[in-house]
Amino acid sequence: MEKHNSNRISTIILFVLSLPLFILYFFFFLDVFTVPSTDSIWPESFTLVHWRFLTETLSGKPSIWITTLNTLIFSGCVVAIVLVLSSTAGYALSRLKMPYRSQLLGTLLLLHSFPSVSLLIAIFIILQMIGLYDSLVGVIIIKASLELPFGIWIMKGFYDTVPWEIEMSGVQDGASRFTVWYKLILPQIYPGLAALSIFSFISSWGEYVLPFVLAPSAEQQTLSVYLAGLLSETTAVDYGLLKAVGLFYMLPVMIFYIFTHEKLMNIYGGGGGSKG
Amino acid sequence: MKIILKKFSKNFGQVEVIKDMDLEIESGEMVALLGPSGCGKTTTLFAICGIHNITSGQILFGDRVINNVPTQERNVGVVFQNYALYPHLTIYENIAFPLRIRKMEKSEIDQLVQEYSEMVGISNLLSRRPMHLSGGQQQRVALVRALIRKPNVLLMDEPLANLDAALRLRMRSEIRRIQQETGITAILVTHDQVEAMSMSDRIAIMNDGKIQQISTPTEMYSDPKNTFVAGFIGNPPISFYNGVLQKNYFVGTAMKFELSEATLSNGIQEEQKLEIGVRPEYVHPNFGDEVEGKILFIEPQGRETLYDIELDDGQVIRSIQMGSQQYQMGERIQWGMDHKNILVFDENGENIFSKLYGTSPKL
Ligand SMILES: Nc1ncnc2c1ncn2[C@@H]1O[C@H](COP(=O)(O)OP(=O)(O)OP(=O)(O)O)[C@@H](O)[C@H]1O
Ligand SMILES: [Mg+2]
Repeated sequence: MEKHNSNRISTIILFVLSLPLFILYFFFFLDVFTVPSTDSIWPESFTLVHWRFLTETLSGKPSIWITTLNTLIFSGCVVAIVLVLSSTAGYALSRLKMPYRSQLLGTLLLLHSFPSVSLLIAIFIILQMIGLYDSLVGVIIIKASLELPFGIWIMKGFYDTVPWEIEMSGVQDGASRFTVWYKLILPQIYPGLAALSIFSFISSWGEYVLPFVLAPSAEQQTLSVYLAGLLSETTAVDYGLLKAVGLFYMLPVMIFYIFTHEKLMNIYGGGGGSKG
Repeated sequence: MKIILKKFSKNFGQVEVIKDMDLEIESGEMVALLGPSGCGKTTTLFAICGIHNITSGQILFGDRVINNVPTQERNVGVVFQNYALYPHLTIYENIAFPLRIRKMEKSEIDQLVQEYSEMVGISNLLSRRPMHLSGGQQQRVALVRALIRKPNVLLMDEPLANLDAALRLRMRSEIRRIQQETGITAILVTHDQVEAMSMSDRIAIMNDGKIQQISTPTEMYSDPKNTFVAGFIGNPPISFYNGVLQKNYFVGTAMKFELSEATLSNGIQEEQKLEIGVRPEYVHPNFGDEVEGKILFIEPQGRETLYDIELDDGQVIRSIQMGSQQYQMGERIQWGMDHKNILVFDENGENIFSKLYGTSPKL
């Protein structure tokens, strides 16, 4: 009885607290599809004019579709690189005897805590030297390497939960170390792989500073840079357009989240791994 | 296949875990490695299957030295203590895994899995996953998975440790039956002496990284090589008593009796320190009168009753007698020992018979 009551109270409190957010989102969605009125908070009429960027290329901007494609390539490649390297490096750090293992692990944590902005100038110079400045490839490499320490650390944790005997048993059964890793160990850390791909996808989808500084020209532009460009127009900012692009930009992440949030919650709650 | 360890040693860094171990296991034999925790049983097992590299010495399968043969090619079946089933695969896939690795025909795999799972009675569980199986069923799966590829050797590391008492009893005979049916050479690691005695042809008893004695269960019980073996085997355990040899007599502070000719002819000398060991069943009112003291503790066990007798010098000797309790706590008694079955050890704890003859002549 008491528990029930306190549940209801906390629900009410949470609702009140998040009310501003609801209101904000409500007007956000409203504004995107309407013509605002000057003397009332309620809009004047329904319109799709804010969505014109989908069909026509705005002046001084690249096509939204090329930009979207760039962003997808950028995020997809980062996810792929992070997944492949983290799952192999994490395995090595968790299972293989190698010199300086604990030092390596410590360094990884240190790297993860480095703010990427502080590295920007150095990265800029290096990219320019090797000729990858202002190319998507360069940004992908940089973003992936910044994501890697976290990914490797997470994957190592997941590998640590897989019993060592399972691996030895696989080797006894005649499989090579690689087959054991691929067929027996990887399937057990599947939740970890899922989590890591979600994290790195969201993180690269939202990345702004790196593409803005390292790949500024129009052909390489990603959605975050495109969106920010709308704000720095010399003429008055078209807020309807800005909001519509913002919604467009958010959409994939929202869809992604709706389909995967249960899995994500699982990972936080249950730790994944195997219960033999 | 015959397994031979020759002067096998294993160090972990500075720590010497196994020192110069010699062990020979005949083809088709089941040997139990028995010993207290930390004595190096698992280490020995892992060296044989190739998980550990050995520091020095040789391991042979038949007459082939396998020191440098990689684990995958040794063809050893291992049952790990926690079974190590693959949680994401069904029981069928678990059992079939070693065969699939060997790229066997699908129909052949099917047939073998059927045959082997019937052997241990799990053929109705093949579509389940390991976590939906009871401990005993998981144990069988692990055993079958180790056996299905017809390994040269079967190694089991405390295979029954995680089972409850009733199941352990059943699996004991089950494993033994399967081992005999398949005729495979097997090593069983355990720290349970009853398990070792009831499941194996011979027992190798280990302490401190050394094999203390290898013999059949019966021999190990009646003729232990030293005080460690005598004390480790037998439940309720053997009692020891210290004394010296004086004019054909074993003399302790609270006990004295004449030693037999056979014992005396084993090269022991006047005033030599001795330790006798006597098993509880050989201490009884009918045997004589040299054990004199008061009853310190009584443990009725249903069929038998166990008495702890405190001699006047404070040392304790145990007696087990058939039937229900006949004596009272604190009662003074004067019982005897069956002299034919008293074990005599020298000051180094070695059985004076086996030191001379290898085995003890019966008196
Ligand atoms: N990888 C290792 N590194 C260092 N020392 C080890 C290692 N593995 C085992 N040891 C040590 O070797 C000794 C023997 O270990 P082992 O696991 O063989 O014992 P055991 O007889 O199997 O004991 P238990 O009955 O408890 O399983 C122990 O003292 C242990 O601490
Ligand atoms: Mg062990």
